[in-house]
Amino acid sequence: MNILRKKSAANVPFSETVIETFIRLCGVSAIVFVFGIFFFVFREGAGFLFGGLDLGQFLTSPEWYPTSLSNKRYGTLALILGTFSVTALAMCIAVPFGLGAAIFVSEFCSPKLRETFKIIIELLAAIPSVVWGFIGLTLMNQLIIAVFNAPIGLTMLNGGIMLALMSVPIIVSIAEDALKAVPDSYREAAEALGATRWQVVYRVLLPAAKNGLLAAVLLGAARSIGETMAVLMATGHSVNIPSGPLSWIRTLTATIAAELGEVARGAEHYQVLFIIGILLFTITFVVNLIADLVIKGIRQDS
Amino acid sequence: MRKNGLIDYTIICALVVLAFSYVIIGCSPKDGESVAASKVTAQVIKNKGSDTMVNLAQAWAERYTGITSSASVEVSGGGSGTGVAALINGTVDIANCSRQIKPEELEQATQNTGKAPQEFIVGYDALAVYVHHDTPIDKITIPQLAEIYGEDGNITKWSDLGIMHTDCPSDRIIRISRQSNSGTYFYFREALLGKTRDFELGSLDLHGSKDVVEVIGRTPCAIGYSGMGYATSHVKMLEVATVPGEPYYAPNLENVLAKTYPIARPLYMYSLGEPTGEVKAYLDWILSAEGQKIVEKLGFVPLASK
Repeated sequence: MNILRKKSAANVPFSETVIETFIRLCGVSAIVFVFGIFFFVFREGAGFLFGGLDLGQFLTSPEWYPTSLSNKRYGTLALILGTFSVTALAMCIAVPFGLGAAIFVSEFCSPKLRETFKIIIELLAAIPSVVWGFIGLTLMNQLIIAVFNAPIGLTMLNGGIMLALMSVPIIVSIAEDALKAVPDSYREAAEALGATRWQVVYRVLLPAAKNGLLAAVLLGAARSIGETMAVLMATGHSVNIPSGPLSWIRTLTATIAAELGEVARGAEHYQVLFIIGILLFTITFVVNLIADLVIKGIRQDS
Repeated sequence: MRKNGLIDYTIICALVVLAFSYVIIGCSPKDGESVAASKVTAQVIKNKGSDTMVNLAQAWAERYTGITSSASVEVSGGGSGTGVAALINGTVDIANCSRQIKPEELEQATQNTGKAPQEFIVGYDALAVYVHHDTPIDKITIPQLAEIYGEDGNITKWSDLGIMHTDCPSDRIIRISRQSNSGTYFYFREALLGKTRDFELGSLDLHGSKDVVEVIGRTPCAIGYSGMGYATSHVKMLEVATVPGEPYYAPNLENVLAKTYPIARPLYMYSLGEPTGEVKAYLDWILSAEGQKIVEKLGFVPLASK
């Protein structure tokens, strides 16, 4: 085997080598980019992170006064809570809808309807986030004022609904793939035992596809945490400890987007914004790590 | 399924290749052009200073570079102080300044470069205080605004201002503000609170002058500030008095020009000595109707408009 391989390697035409090298570079590039981005973000923020920033205040104080003339304070607690609360709310809305739609599309609807549905769901995924933000700023704002009698509709609820609508297509398409991947023999066996359609879904398909469904939910959540423009426009962008779905909040991503454009390069405020970037990196890393561990755990169980 | 996936990939690859080739082909001649243009240009006008004015200066520079071939304008921000410092060092042709130059700066510049800076007022920056159209209030004083916006301020409800706001059942004043490093935010904070007090957190910090007015137009409980050029029929602008007892002034062109409206300031440009040649042509163009049209377009108050 080994000899054969070596021999053929010697005879490989030049074009093969070039293509192989190119593909290898493509594969490596992902790693290079991730580390490159992390290095850049870290470098920009490192000076202040290790020299001057009170990390305790940064993580536990809700006072965000980056441009105060008399007393600058860099506390991101309100922003961290804002990011997590709006993501959690979005997931509360998106997960039932997303998984429900995935089950319907994969198990209950006719092939013709399924194609139509998939096209429409993909269309939903193609709407730019700034358009969602605009819908939040105008339409949903009015709707929330009218329905909840709130003083203003730019709230966590508004942002959560927008994020939910943005992550539903992701959840639907990945969850549907996961359900489709369950072998038909499972369904046939369950039906042969006299299970109803709902029992097939609930008792057989969901447990069989749980890895893929979990991946769908986590990718949807990741989309929500990282989303910027829609939450910037829809949540009110206000430094506030969230006290309920109708309070107005601000997220980490929106803070970077709103403030980085007008800050002097290299200034303390600029570096703090990059430290928020490092914080976001860490959050995403932890979420991914947990997802990996959970999926591994599930695999070992079964 | 497999086949479909393959076709998809082929299409995506083709699109990527197309996009790249477009970027490469599309960009290179343009780059060449601009290099050639700047080589031909005799003079680069260096323009630096106020961050409030940087968008305006950029807009002027872009338009001006489009209509003339004999000069190009290089704009940078950094703040009014940076602009004046550069003027004193003689490294810029024009300094943008959202405050008047200080006498000692004037003297320094004259000593250092042998030329006295010449002042040009190129427009005005007036901030209107907006409320929803149905709010039963027409007038407000600066100290009241300071208590509404300032840290630990004692006006948080409309009834604290002595009005019954029936369209706002919660009675809570919703403060609309700007992101914390916009020039508008800085100026409004200083006009209200001076340099030592901060705004209370919890305001809705919107991202543009237009958004502020848009949101107030939909929110009966809200109060906010934005350039006076952004008014719509859904909002109204309050008359403002510096201290209680003094007359209230509406934010309009006359009051801004008469300097009676308290939240307005002129925008200055300073040249070193009497401007000549291309610098003079540029300043003349800025003060002309065409230059002033851009002032209005960016939400500032133009000089010549009646």
